[in-house]
Amino acid sequence: MLKVEFDEDRCKGCELCTDACPKKIVIMADHFNAMGFHPATVVEQEKCISCGFCYRMCPDVVITVRKEEKTS
Amino acid sequence: MNTVFERPKSLTATNTHYCPGCTHGIIHRLVAEVLDELGVQEETIGVSPVGCSVLAYNYFDIDMQEAAHGRAPAVATGIKRVHPDKIVFTYQGDGDLASIGAAEIVHAAARRENITTIFVNNAIYGMTGGQMAPTTLLGQVSTTSPKGRDSAIQGYPLRVAEMLATIEGAVYIARVSVHNPQEVAKAKKAIKTAFELQVAGRGFTLVEVLSTCPTNWGYTPKEALKWLVDNMIPVYPLGVKKSLEEAKG
Amino acid sequence: MTKVLMKGNEALAEAAVRAGCRYFFGYPITPQNEIPQYLSKRLPEVGGVFLQAESEIAAINMVYGAAGAGARVMTSSSSPGISLKQEGITYIAGAELPCVIVNMQRGGPGLGSIQPAQSDYFQSVKGGGHGDYKLLVLAPATIQEMVDLMGKAFDLADEYRNPVMILGDGILGQMMEGVEFPAEETPVTLAEKPWATTGAKGRKPNVINSLFLDPVELEKHNHHLQRKYDRMAKEVMWENYKTDDAELVLVGYGSSARIAKAAVDLARTQGIKAGLFRPITLFPFPKEALQEACKNANHVLTVEMSMGQLVEDVRYNLEFKVPVHFYGRCGGMVPTTRAVLEEIIRWIKSGKEESNEHSV
Repeated sequence: MLKVEFDEDRCKGCELCTDACPKKIVIMADHFNAMGFHPATVVEQEKCISCGFCYRMCPDVVITVRKEEKTS
Repeated sequence: MNTVFERPKSLTATNTHYCPGCTHGIIHRLVAEVLDELGVQEETIGVSPVGCSVLAYNYFDIDMQEAAHGRAPAVATGIKRVHPDKIVFTYQGDGDLASIGAAEIVHAAARRENITTIFVNNAIYGMTGGQMAPTTLLGQVSTTSPKGRDSAIQGYPLRVAEMLATIEGAVYIARVSVHNPQEVAKAKKAIKTAFELQVAGRGFTLVEVLSTCPTNWGYTPKEALKWLVDNMIPVYPLGVKKSLEEAKG
Repeated sequence: MTKVLMKGNEALAEAAVRAGCRYFFGYPITPQNEIPQYLSKRLPEVGGVFLQAESEIAAINMVYGAAGAGARVMTSSSSPGISLKQEGITYIAGAELPCVIVNMQRGGPGLGSIQPAQSDYFQSVKGGGHGDYKLLVLAPATIQEMVDLMGKAFDLADEYRNPVMILGDGILGQMMEGVEFPAEETPVTLAEKPWATTGAKGRKPNVINSLFLDPVELEKHNHHLQRKYDRMAKEVMWENYKTDDAELVLVGYGSSARIAKAAVDLARTQGIKAGLFRPITLFPFPKEALQEACKNANHVLTVEMSMGQLVEDVRYNLEFKVPVHFYGRCGGMVPTTRAVLEEIIRWIKSGKEESNEHSV
């Protein structure tokens, strides 16, 4: 399960999520999605802090964000 | 691993027709998140008039009515008077609300209609291809103000939130923006307040949301957000323009 | 059944309430003001909602919303106000919403006058808004008939999910006549409206809409609407008065028909075989009944409070097989029985072969 998951074929390549990420790990992929856009993605999943800022700025609900339960 | 952010239940899975980077998408999601959080998805009826967001009835997973251009507040009035226990909101653009529908929004507020209006201000007519709107800024070029809006000819931008704040029936009026994650959070808070006041039956509420139109402004989505901050916010200052506490005082 | 003397507008309003109408959205305009005035008192008494809107445009859109939400709802206005409502009316027809729209016609065009007229016939019957759509149009001639037609209007609106227009005029609105009401107790059971927007609880969301960006879909929708309008043919209503042996048949609706009827009686006293055919539904038009009424006639004469609108449909529906003439007053002037009689005599004397020219 990915911490931050992109439903790539919904992405319109607007890039608003890339600026929003405080960790600067959201990047635009090289490949094209079904609509012919470069979809946004996160490769360095381990750096993701699940803050959801990318989710907030996404106009197309492309992103699902998960958080690890804190193991007590 | 549990999910913290995902598509709200009150949004359908349909991919929207909005242009890449158009912040309509963010605003739709905020409204849907609020409906989910208030648990009113099954009791809400939305009204989407003519404009880019006319197809909102494909995106909100609730009962919806499509309204004639400018008439959403009247349609919403008809619905609310028949179902006073249901939540009714209109989702309108600036051409719809501030131009052809100016009378309808003013009188819905004056009547203290217990509905909520989400007013998306992107300073232009989007759907029809970039014409000047009442909210177009001075000097802003559009397909019908090719040399830039000139007050001598086309007058001044209309500040709707301030205008409606003078109306007694309006119990909560705020202007917000969605140009970065922090502002998105504030925008959601305002939208939630507006819906909460409706749930409590307190009267007319409206949230004006500054929004981008990358296609018709001629900017990339990121540039459009910057243009909004640099040019729109000075003309359309953010903040709560009217709230019930004042109304009570 | 108690008979009571009542002004037309108020009788119509009371009949609407008796028919189960609980929502009214309107705007002041002479000569229909007594309808909103009456309902502003009466509807709250029955747990209904009366709302005076900021304009007729807002009012018809409130009707759209209320109808889409499943209510039995109406509005009323007069000629200029009905013009303002046209866009809303075509939206209501396109979205297939039931409602009743009352037009107490007045002199036009433009601001016109406040006296009675019938110059909105085309607007009502051919559709005053854009697109191929029809209103079911009922034309009462007496206050009793107006009362009787209100219940039917709401039922037809629900049955066909279509706006229904009551086409009256300033006379019918302002005149007082004795009228009997159906018993109050008969509760009106309203039709189920599973399509209405009541909050999508335990069902898929409903959408009230007239937008079809895909032309394939909109064409299909238009064919669907047309089939509905064809089905309305069975709702035709009319009245024949002494047409069996009539040499000359007068055709008129509403107040003009009453004047024509008096002229028929006057003509008959002078040995002239005149008759009256009165359409009560203007759409659907009672074509066969008109043809039947005029099968022995050498002349047909329409009497209208306009410059001649119904006359065109009469010629068309009689397929030009008999000369159809026109007599009318307009601008709020009302034809007199004597003047109609003189027209009858003129045409009877002129023999059969007169052309269909237009006489005022």
